[in-house]
Amino acid sequence: MIPIKPTKLTTFLILMLCIGTNAAVHQNEQGHYLSVSVQSMIDETVPYDTLWINGGYFFENNILITKPITIIGRQNPILDAGGQGQVLIIRSDDVTIEGLTLKGSATSNMTENAGIKIENARRVKIIANTLCDNFFGVYLANSVKCVVRDNIIRGGYERESNSGNGIHLWQCDSIEITNNVISEHRDAIYLEFVINSHVFGNHCEDNIRYGLHFMFSNNDQYRNNVFNNNGAGVAVMYSSRVEMTDNIFENNLGPSSFGILLKDITDSRITGNQLLKNTIGIRLEGTSRIEIARNNIEDNGWAVLITANCTDNDFENNTFRYNSFDVSTNGKLVLNTFDQNYWDKYEGYDLDRNGMGDVPFHPVSIFATVVSEVPEAIMLYRSFTQYLMDRAEKAIPSVTPENLVDHEPLMKPSVL
Amino acid sequence: MQVTIKIARYTLLDLLYNRVTLFYTLFLMGVSLVVFNLDDNVSKGILSLVNIILLIVPLVSIVFATIHMYNSAEFIELLLARPIQRTRILFGHFVGISTALSTAFLIGIGLPVLLYAPSATGITLIAAGWMLTLSFVSIAMLASVSTRDKARGIGIAILLWFLFTMIYDGFVLWILFAFNDYPLEKPVLVLTALNPVDLARIVLLLRIDISAFMGYTGALYKDYFGTAKGMIITTSVLLCWIIIPMLLAVRRFKSRDI
Repeated sequence: MIPIKPTKLTTFLILMLCIGTNAAVHQNEQGHYLSVSVQSMIDETVPYDTLWINGGYFFENNILITKPITIIGRQNPILDAGGQGQVLIIRSDDVTIEGLTLKGSATSNMTENAGIKIENARRVKIIANTLCDNFFGVYLANSVKCVVRDNIIRGGYERESNSGNGIHLWQCDSIEITNNVISEHRDAIYLEFVINSHVFGNHCEDNIRYGLHFMFSNNDQYRNNVFNNNGAGVAVMYSSRVEMTDNIFENNLGPSSFGILLKDITDSRITGNQLLKNTIGIRLEGTSRIEIARNNIEDNGWAVLITANCTDNDFENNTFRYNSFDVSTNGKLVLNTFDQNYWDKYEGYDLDRNGMGDVPFHPVSIFATVVSEVPEAIMLYRSFTQYLMDRAEKAIPSVTPENLVDHEPLMKPSVL
Repeated sequence: MQVTIKIARYTLLDLLYNRVTLFYTLFLMGVSLVVFNLDDNVSKGILSLVNIILLIVPLVSIVFATIHMYNSAEFIELLLARPIQRTRILFGHFVGISTALSTAFLIGIGLPVLLYAPSATGITLIAAGWMLTLSFVSIAMLASVSTRDKARGIGIAILLWFLFTMIYDGFVLWILFAFNDYPLEKPVLVLTALNPVDLARIVLLLRIDISAFMGYTGALYKDYFGTAKGMIITTSVLLCWIIIPMLLAVRRFKSRDI
């Protein structure tokens, strides 16, 4: 009795078979016709069945899957929870969900209602679905070796307090999140206690808080993702051995926005990324042993903001161009290296023609230090006063940290 | 009105025959072409031009206009001997000088910018530079009527340029540090408006360094200057910087012994 908006096709099937209900009708692999709600269809399957759903609009919530089946939607079947509870709950291994549209899980402050919730499962595949207007999009809890691929996930929320995450992972292992498009959620992708997982090729745009949010998640990789115009960029916190490669972070603008925020991260690599037009390109707080190499850091307000409690981080072969400020820090202690980067503000020369400047470059300008102390001083940026201050400081360094220096600044950018 | 235009035309012709205007045009054009051709990236060229516009353009405008006023002292005396209103004489000179310098600026910087960087930033740059030219000619009029001594007049002009481009910013920085414990966003906004060079600079920075301006308190400036309302306010404040010194100069010139 639940589906109320049958599509033309299902109506056609109903007429053909003269089944005396107003439910949509669907066919399983053996050619048997199943009827009524999605839940009843699922109940009629046996493990390892494939359930095909041909179109249809199902007003249904809390659909429970407790056995390993494959559900494939054709002609865009829509499952709508109508703002009550969740849409699909998976509590079994080896479930595949493909080609469905799932919408309308309830916004709640008490429970984390999701479009698809996966609990205590292994080898679940969520492929090419559309999830819109859900509180949480795909929610994986305590699951292993799952795949979330090619989905379009759109939240449509405007406030952080009443929106959930696009893809939310809690206590998972070996998850693949690839080629999803996620927008208008709180965090596009959220990982907490997630290990050995891959986040590849996703497009996270216009989310309210972070494009990607890592918490306590070790041994993960994210690569080839695009994070554009999210509230605050990407945050990686309290994690170890994270690899961030070839991503694009752009247009994260705002008083507390950044391309990447690294907080208490150790032994990680950030390579080959594009950081374009962010208020802060990379912000490092209390990080150790991070290799930051071959990134293109361009058009940012602050290219790198690094706190004095960061140790043994290594910046190498990065290209710093057209940033308002290259590096800013909050103390005189510097335990990181900045050798062999390209800085467009470098004015030195290369007499021995080895491609590296003969005069060291100090990327922290006194004006950056002044602005970090008196933010209103940004009003004097690019004034003659600023020019004089920077020149004087360059001649006789007194305020800026002397050890924050590139001994071998590159004469030409190493990445384009 | 006709008299004003006549005087303006005469002044303009006088200045166009004068080599200085030509050299100024060629200088600006040379600099613009060099900065645009040195680097592939247009925004870097724009950045270099910002410095020219904030320092050189005001300096040339104020010094050149002042010197010209003193050089035409005899011509002004001759005009005063005839039944012409003093207001018209001064306005005639103002219009003549500012037309000459505006032409030089618009050809020297305006044309290359339109050719190489025809963006909103480029147009803002041209508009800001042009407004600065006019306001510094206006300030020069005030400087030149304030004293009869040529050396002292030019001294005042250069001092005013120093004040607006350097001393004032140092003063603002001092205020920022001295009153660091207080919320300074609003006072700083007012302080900015009190200096045409600062105002022009902020308007340009909101185009060039928007990433940095979105952080911390910069967002406030963006909300204030970046919107259409802010644009109108900025333009009217810069217009005040053209009109008010000129009106003061007229008042002084009217009651002055020649």
